Amino acid sequence: MKPPPFSYHDPRTVADTVGLLASLDNAKLLAGGQSLMPMLNMRYVLPDHIIDLNRVDGLSYIKPRDGVLEIGAMTRQRDIEFSDAVAERCPLMAEAIRQVGHRQTRNRGTLGGSLCHLDPAAELVSIAAALDAKVTVAGKSGTREIDFAAFPVAYMTPALELDELLTAVTFPCWPRGHGYAFVEFARRHGDFAIVSAAVLIEEDKSGKIARASVTLGGMGPAPVRAAEVERALIGETIEEKRLREICESLRKLDAIDDIHAPASYRQQLATVLPRRALIKAHERIAPEGWP
Amino acid sequence: MSDTRQIAVTVNGMRYQEIVPVRVTLADFLRHQLGLTGTHLGCEHGVCGACTILLDGRSARSCLMLAVQADGHEILTVEGIAPNADTLHPLQEAFRDNHGLQCGFCTPGILTTLLELLRDNPDPTEEEVRIGISGNLCRCTGYQNIVIAALDAAKRLRGSSGASQP
Ligand SMILES: Cc1cc2nc3c(=O)[nH]c(=O)nc-3n(C[C@@H](O)[C@H](O)[C@H](O)COP(=O)(O)OP(=O)(O)OC[C@H]3O[C@@H](n4cnc5c(N)ncnc54)[C@H](O)[C@@H]3O)c2cc1C
Ligand code: FES
Ligand code: FES
Repeated sequence: MKPPPFSYHDPRTVADTVGLLASLDNAKLLAGGQSLMPMLNMRYVLPDHIIDLNRVDGLSYIKPRDGVLEIGAMTRQRDIEFSDAVAERCPLMAEAIRQVGHRQTRNRGTLGGSLCHLDPAAELVSIAAALDAKVTVAGKSGTREIDFAAFPVAYMTPALELDELLTAVTFPCWPRGHGYAFVEFARRHGDFAIVSAAVLIEEDKSGKIARASVTLGGMGPAPVRAAEVERALIGETIEEKRLREICESLRKLDAIDDIHAPASYRQQLATVLPRRALIKAHERIAPEGWP
Repeated sequence: MSDTRQIAVTVNGMRYQEIVPVRVTLADFLRHQLGLTGTHLGCEHGVCGACTILLDGRSARSCLMLAVQADGHEILTVEGIAPNADTLHPLQEAFRDNHGLQCGFCTPGILTTLLELLRDNPDPTEEEVRIGISGNLCRCTGYQNIVIAALDAAKRLRGSSGASQP
């Protein structure tokens, strides 16, 4: 018996969950448990109450709507990995999710859990930033939507009130046939990335970049959108030498310095990985849609 | 605070009704309360994969689940892989024949993981096997013979198609 003592609650509805969150002190939500359970076992967290989301109705779904993909917070990472809708509309997410942990952890781990845990190097956090996702949050005073850019407020801290839970995430989809690539550097398959790059591009008929999204994960407490590089790419064609010049500016980004890698190493990766991802993304552009 | 709950679980085909403290992990419940010590605990924080079981047919780390969460679900542990006490499952035979284990500590987690992998992908490449077991640490074999055993098991299972696979 390793976790510290707590009371256990397994509500069936979002309303009941909010009620529990609002009335209980020092409560913690339990989703897939792939991050929270290790923290409980090691007693890094000592909650008085565990509110288990696994029996709450209506939080697990993948819904394609006009131009967006809406995914419920409790959708397992494994279901996203094997979803046709995700592969067709958000291939960037499909590529990234295969690098989230292992089959055993994806069978349990959820989308909402990953976004709320907010590990600086988490792949899904980067994808939410890259696609300008919106998160839907339910609390005592109803539901609200938050731009993902405003969701991380500090290191591993989401913009949630104590009575709130994440219920869904809406990902705007890029047009069929866009270029995409998720490239990460990790020590072993299934590890968190040391640095990752998520790239989306659209090109015009002459092969010039018309729109770009470039996101770096693992550099700071939250993923960084490389706005300067995104702007510099407009009107360019994908060409290695030119990309080298454009991506060099990323070396200036602040970077974490920890046991996994010194800051200068991360800054070097920040210049290399987006370039590789842009080249891969360009190769995948298929105006008629992907095969 | 010693909150408890009654749960009903099916483990290796047997129904159990048990009272569990709510903070007990599924792994400790299987080992201490049901006496199924085949499920091993290496790290108890999700890293080593030794505690892998199948929950409704999907592999999961039993150290990262609470026993109460298994209420109403079906679990398969390493003890439930063989069809009966005298016969090994083809996956187990392949491990024996190919020296796929040394001390055997990691083996329960590797077998349950591979059972799912080979069910979903009966003809995996070596690369797919290696990615499939990337969440399982082995301190003895260097993985070489585990991969050989897994590929051999895949061949045996394809040959005996129709053989019952949990
Ligand atoms: C061996 C191993 C390797 C891993 N590798 C990776 C990796 O490479 N990349 C990666 O990104 N992750 C990795 N992870 C972590 C990943 O598997 C987790 O799934 C994820 O970090 C958390 O999701 P969860 O559903 O398990 O959430 P939980 O662990 O249940 O919860 C995490 C946190 O989020 C909160 N929370 C959960 N759901 C909600 C909600 N709906 N609303 C509000 N708060 C909520 C919880 O209270 C908790 O604080 C790994 C884990 C393990 C064990
Ligand atoms: S004991 Fe569960 S993963 Fe190591
Ligand atoms: S055989 Fe000893 S740990 Fe794998």
